[in-house]
Amino acid sequence: MIHSLWMNDQMLFSCSGCVSACTLVSFSTVLGCHPCFRLNMFSKGTKRKFSDGGEEISEETLVGARMASSYSLQRQSLLDMSLIKLQLCHMLVEPNLCRSVLIANTVRQIQEEMTHDGSWQVVTEAFCSAGQSPSERLVATEVLCRSREQDAEPKLFSVISYEGCREEEVVADETLCSVSVSDAVSNVCLAGSIGQCWEKSDVETDDEALEDSRLGSGEDEEIDTEDEPSREGPKTIGQVFGTFEIKNSSPGPDSALEELFSDVDTSYYDLDTMLTGMQSAPKMGPYDLLDSLAPSHGSSSIVSAPNCRSDLNELDHIMEIIVGS
Amino acid sequence: MAGAGGGGNDVQWCFSQVKGAIDDDVAEADIISTVEFNHSGELLATGDKGGRVVIFQQETENKSQPQCRSEYNVYSTFQSHEPEFDYLKSLEIEEKINKIRWLPQKNAAQFLLSTNDKTIKLWKISERDKRPEGYNLKEEDGRYRDATTITTLRVPVFRPMDLMVEASPRRVFANAHTYHINSISVNSDNETYLSADDLRINLWHQEITDRSFNIVDIKPANMEELTEVITAAEFHPHQCNTFVYSSSKGTIRLCDMRASALCDKHSKLFEEPEDPSNRSFFSEIISSISDVKFSHNGRYMMTRDYLSVKIWDLNMENRPVETYQVHEYLRSKLCSLYENDCIFDKFECCWNGNDSVVMTGSYNNFFRMLDRTQRRDVTLEASRESCKSRQVLKPRRVCAGGKRKKDEISVDSLDFNKKILHTAWHPQDNIIAVATTNNLYIFQEKVN
Repeated sequence: MIHSLWMNDQMLFSCSGCVSACTLVSFSTVLGCHPCFRLNMFSKGTKRKFSDGGEEISEETLVGARMASSYSLQRQSLLDMSLIKLQLCHMLVEPNLCRSVLIANTVRQIQEEMTHDGSWQVVTEAFCSAGQSPSERLVATEVLCRSREQDAEPKLFSVISYEGCREEEVVADETLCSVSVSDAVSNVCLAGSIGQCWEKSDVETDDEALEDSRLGSGEDEEIDTEDEPSREGPKTIGQVFGTFEIKNSSPGPDSALEELFSDVDTSYYDLDTMLTGMQSAPKMGPYDLLDSLAPSHGSSSIVSAPNCRSDLNELDHIMEIIVGS
Repeated sequence: MAGAGGGGNDVQWCFSQVKGAIDDDVAEADIISTVEFNHSGELLATGDKGGRVVIFQQETENKSQPQCRSEYNVYSTFQSHEPEFDYLKSLEIEEKINKIRWLPQKNAAQFLLSTNDKTIKLWKISERDKRPEGYNLKEEDGRYRDATTITTLRVPVFRPMDLMVEASPRRVFANAHTYHINSISVNSDNETYLSADDLRINLWHQEITDRSFNIVDIKPANMEELTEVITAAEFHPHQCNTFVYSSSKGTIRLCDMRASALCDKHSKLFEEPEDPSNRSFFSEIISSISDVKFSHNGRYMMTRDYLSVKIWDLNMENRPVETYQVHEYLRSKLCSLYENDCIFDKFECCWNGNDSVVMTGSYNNFFRMLDRTQRRDVTLEASRESCKSRQVLKPRRVCAGGKRKKDEISVDSLDFNKKILHTAWHPQDNIIAVATTNNLYIFQEKVN
């Protein structure tokens, strides 16, 4: 019963990447005008176990749960939209820094809130554990915090969208939170308190939102340490800003060249070092993101050589400029 | 009888002129990107996305007769900026004119500063209505005469000719900004001016092009920590040591250049505490200030954020003295406006000559006049429908929800592609210039 009701809610929202205008109006209503809503929704309702299908569920809990699911879905959608906007900077003309900063701050805000809710754990878990699965549409893109060498703060991973997650891990009992996903990705601390236990409604919401997609095995697999990947990883916010400094240049081994660029802002390259710490992150170029999002239910594939592809894109772009076509 | 008005009686606005192509098919290069009256109001300059500057001049002959309206006609057109290519970054530099600022007139010629994203240029606009005739060595058409045929000498004289307006670039201030220039402001000392980009503000001398002083730098050491950018900056109209700059977080900083060479530390910080009941994910975006303008008397400044206009007393930092809602009915539509990027539109605002009324633009080619003394506001529209000469503009109303009354337009019918971002008010008279996408409307006060 609950399942079907939530399915109905799900129907209100099409794929997270492309939402119709009328839907957005209802988004605004929730996201724009009811700020205290989030606090209220978590104070209502009771925790339910998955196995307790036969229990009486109060009307209030139901309504609260539905509102909770709609709010978090809408928030997720806003997050997706924001990340797309950040990624789609057209690089022929220099993108607008003010706009990028504002969108990045919005993303940060959403992630902070999701961290507090504990719903961020679903995202990070799915992210961490899905690295091996080929059918996974998971796209990890942004790293917002400082590089890992500097601080002990948990890093926040933002996931644009993901279809399917390991149901066995997500839908579980309260001990889910204690699953040491961090073993898989040693450099990452899951944001938020691991000991937090979610309400069942929240968990199942995400499950439903993912439309019962299942993934392969549920065990945490060892994530191999990759060699230093190409610099053209998923663009982080810093990378976006970093492009304003200098673009398309790799650290030159030539010392004379180094001198020439000695006053160039090198945060771009530091970013790259940090990115390599994201071992489980499937590296995708900016356009792959779009591909993976646009068809909401289509089959997806992780581009096998995203690095080469984005390099090729750049090469094409440069050739275009030179040729003047 | 056109006073510096606005206060006292209700001003009725009439259509005067419209400039620009009539058809709806807008060429990208024709999109107007800035509008500015000069200090006397005689000249009106517009810049467009194609890098051109068009200057209109007010006809002076009819000013003696109050019934007749002075019209603005094209005075000069020139290509200010060309598209460039930054080879190091492999990026195009747009030729769009972001701002035009007139210099106070010192001699017969007019000077203005125009800027695109990276380069500021000082243009001299001069008139030539006489030309020398009667050279000894040259024919009238310029060919040289055979020296052996010259038997007499004469002194060349100036004879009248058709008026020719020449625009020539006198200075080019380049290579000082890594980020996109959003503001320029001429100092009251008549020697210097500032230019502001997203992260830095530079101080220039009008004569010196090969160097500038950096006076504000908010670039963090680590670009990943960037959360705030500069959105606008302006010099105080009288105090040559004072300037303000606004940020994307809704703060305004007033800096005194006497305090230190680098004005990273502000003298005053103007910020209104956030209203917790209105908090949403879009709160920061809509608090981002798109324009800041000092009042003519230098006591106040006005800021424009997405939904409101705020008037600040320079002596009070913790909140504005006046707040006006421009289009509050958009608050429930913020998510849609975020999706279609309209939420990032940068609206400008302007004062009238005696600081009693302020004006700013909105969507659907609406613009708002906010009367500070009478605490009244009116919404007007710049449209082709009300283009009859001297036709009085009818106030427009937007229906936020519920039952739509006659003559009201509902929020969902608003055309968000028709936005009025740039407006200018004549420094003395009630003449306003309102730029729609590619048209410039001039409205004047109705004179009975």
